[in-house]
Amino acid sequence: MSILIKGGRVIDPGRFVGTVDVLIDNGKISAIGPNLSAPVEARTIHASGKLVMPGFVDLHVHFREPGFEYKETIQSGSAAAVAGGFTTVCCMPNTNPVNDNQAVTEFMLERSRLAGLANVLPIGAITKGSEGKELAEIGDLRRSGCVAISDDGKPVMNSLVMRRAMEYALAFDLAVVDHCEDLHLAEGGCMNEGLISTELGLPGIPAAAEDVMVARNLSLSELTGARLHLAHISTAGSVRMVREAKGRGIQVTAEACPHHFMLTEELVRGYNTHAKMNPPLRTWTDVHAIKEGLRDGTIDVIATDHAPHATQEKQQDFTEAPFGIVGLETALPLTLGLVEEGVLSLEQAVQKLTSAPAAAFGLNKGTLAVGADADVVIVDQYEQWEVDPSKFRSKSRNTPFAGWKVKGRVTVTIVGGRVVFEAGVTEQ
Amino acid sequence: MTSPTNKPTERKDEKLIMDAGDISRAMMRIAHEIVERNKGVKNLTLVGIRTGGVYLAHRLVKRIQSIEGVQVPIGELDITLYRDDLALRKDQPILRKTSVPFDMTNKVVVLVDDVLFTGRTIRAAMDSLMDLGRPEEIQLAVLVDRGHRQLPIKANYIGKNLPTSRDEQVQVLLEEDGEDDRVVILKA
Amino acid sequence: MSLKRKDLLSLASLSADEITLILETADSFKEVTGREIKKVPALRGKTVVNLFFEPSTRTRTSFELAAKRLSADVINFAPSSSSVVKGETLLDTARNIEAMQADIIVLRHSSAGAAETLANGVKSSVINAGDGWHEHPTQALLDLYTIRQRGMSFKGLRVAIVGDVSHSRVARSNIYALVKLGAEVRLVGPPTMMPCGVEKLGPKVYHHMDEGLRDVNVIMMLRLQLERQGRALFPTIREYSRLYGLTADRVRLADTGVIVMHPGPINRGVEIAPEVADSLSSVILDQVANGVAVRMGILYLMSGANS
Repeated sequence: MSILIKGGRVIDPGRFVGTVDVLIDNGKISAIGPNLSAPVEARTIHASGKLVMPGFVDLHVHFREPGFEYKETIQSGSAAAVAGGFTTVCCMPNTNPVNDNQAVTEFMLERSRLAGLANVLPIGAITKGSEGKELAEIGDLRRSGCVAISDDGKPVMNSLVMRRAMEYALAFDLAVVDHCEDLHLAEGGCMNEGLISTELGLPGIPAAAEDVMVARNLSLSELTGARLHLAHISTAGSVRMVREAKGRGIQVTAEACPHHFMLTEELVRGYNTHAKMNPPLRTWTDVHAIKEGLRDGTIDVIATDHAPHATQEKQQDFTEAPFGIVGLETALPLTLGLVEEGVLSLEQAVQKLTSAPAAAFGLNKGTLAVGADADVVIVDQYEQWEVDPSKFRSKSRNTPFAGWKVKGRVTVTIVGGRVVFEAGVTEQ
Repeated sequence: MTSPTNKPTERKDEKLIMDAGDISRAMMRIAHEIVERNKGVKNLTLVGIRTGGVYLAHRLVKRIQSIEGVQVPIGELDITLYRDDLALRKDQPILRKTSVPFDMTNKVVVLVDDVLFTGRTIRAAMDSLMDLGRPEEIQLAVLVDRGHRQLPIKANYIGKNLPTSRDEQVQVLLEEDGEDDRVVILKA
Repeated sequence: MSLKRKDLLSLASLSADEITLILETADSFKEVTGREIKKVPALRGKTVVNLFFEPSTRTRTSFELAAKRLSADVINFAPSSSSVVKGETLLDTARNIEAMQADIIVLRHSSAGAAETLANGVKSSVINAGDGWHEHPTQALLDLYTIRQRGMSFKGLRVAIVGDVSHSRVARSNIYALVKLGAEVRLVGPPTMMPCGVEKLGPKVYHHMDEGLRDVNVIMMLRLQLERQGRALFPTIREYSRLYGLTADRVRLADTGVIVMHPGPINRGVEIAPEVADSLSSVILDQVANGVAVRMGILYLMSGANS
């Protein structure tokens, strides 16, 4: 089966930008150039006026399977991913049981194969049960298919354990991903600490809870030489420290989420549980710093931290409701918003969704080079639409962007040479 | 608001029913009737219903004092909490203070109000009085009785009987509120 | 002027005029509570539900008495924590109660914002009887009523609020209201007990008790949550008491006519010395007595707001 994508504006970050055709054959990119002719049996997709890009790579999603299938499954999460243009997603290990062993990893990969939509790549736990005490069998996790390690929402508080994890992971060339949060400083908190948390009487999470862990992790990375990846940084302090560390040649990559460059803590007013996430929405100062970090390359990657929760969970009172929002189906237009705003060039924006995340985890993804896996997304950059959670492919509806009028929509998503999503067509 | 006491000319949207002189004479007559009916002022007390009734009660106390030389005890009643339409209203009316600074037990209480209409206010006032004490007898004095009773209530002392239609608005305007004393029917 | 609101959730959202209206309305009910028959029929046929997720005998009893004196039917509902575990949300519980045709729900909950969440989900009027660290509007209103009862006017009044402001809903409600009414509000306590950015709401923060109390007209003591000892807010009760306990000597630093308030229950000998709690300047029992009148006023004003 071949596919010829004709006449689109191709953006292959760092390699090529221009209006050419893309030919896909046997699941790989087989040719790229002007006026390609299609083999007889090829399907032709006309993409003139549209953007043709490598499929997006999300380093940070929660697909909740095994254990919390009522929130999301690998099937529903993958459907949401490809609808949002993501062809590769990396799943955090905070499932039940925790993905700290080969059996869970293989289970997830098997579910992904059955779903047959996106490439679902598991991230293994750093410590057994993500309890922060004993290292998980990281070598085994790597062998069975994990692409990075992280204890995500239960960050490793013990700095010695973190040091050993970083050292040990070096043997497998695995990125160590940390959700930077000092659990003591953040204890009980449910929004950014500041005047608004004072007014609302909600326990706060100070920016320092993130900053101190970013500082620690950077020091440990410097000490060990590990490949450190900082998940969803949200504070001006984090951006400043990462910038400084990169300047000194420390190996670190960092990601930011759309909600952290689009929204502030103001949204919590009215005890809006769709504004509850961890790290919390911060201040305008932080939003500006995140944008500046994205612009100057301090922040390499845009990730969604797609965190589905059932409606009844988000209907609880603010302190009881769980942290997190879904993001896969809104990330593209929100990122294109940064292009419109002049923060990023279009190529930079695409890079932060494709080649940069692939490079951070050493994935062979995020490019349209001849011979690469044919993971491609075709986007109508100008299509306007209104975010309607009831239309999400995800099982969950927890988004603060409901009702937003946004611009930029996926028309076709191709994974491994197969069309897995087409706008207006209900997928199988 | 210190307009001269000469006869007020009829204002544009009002039909004048009683002027200051009419009101004054009616109050004097009622004062006499109260004293006569109660054979003096022993055990006599007055309670005005807010807001107009309180002003009239104070006037009656003065007039009774000029007749009998005794100042009878006076109380002020806000009947809001006893209204029968509270549950139907969207916004609750402003409450004013109730103050009946004497023991009503074995006393004659003359309730004083400006206009007697459906009788519902008087029902509320009587319930309120019964919660405040146990008067021996309750009598009712009003400046205007405009008819259309919805409850079996009758005044003992009436300044003026005024036949009205049900949707007309009768207003008693008094100096205490910065108005010239007068009773009017508002024109639609 | 009337209170055109379905709910009473916070004092932050009330205007100075609305606060004054509530205090004036409470005056009328103060008279009612002084009668031999302390009952009026204003809320006859209405149902008031006390929904208390946190135990609080004092506030609950005060609301219950207030509602009964207005002739409302009162139901006390204390959901066991087990029903929360079973997965019933606050809204589920409240909708069940609403189905019993509750006109007013009085809610006490350990989570900030619970009252607002509830109010958005039900047609009944909701009165916040304390939500987490957020607000406790009826307590602050009775505090204000007690101050006014002493003939003090709020404009320029110097009020010291002493203790753990961070974790106090009573303090927040009082701060909002007193600032709106023109008082000079001082917060006194260690920096560990002062919430982030609180000075932007109007008050001035003092870390030294003697300085904070100088020439104040009102001292509001907050209850010290003893279980917070050692949790890094303060080292020991002994030290806290020495630094921030209200003693007779310290009362003398304040204005001569100073009144001492406490939302109760008091820790005698911890935040307040027994001789101060029992002194002439203490109005702690007046606060309790006024609580019923103020809550009657609030229930009355809320009773007509929906339908």
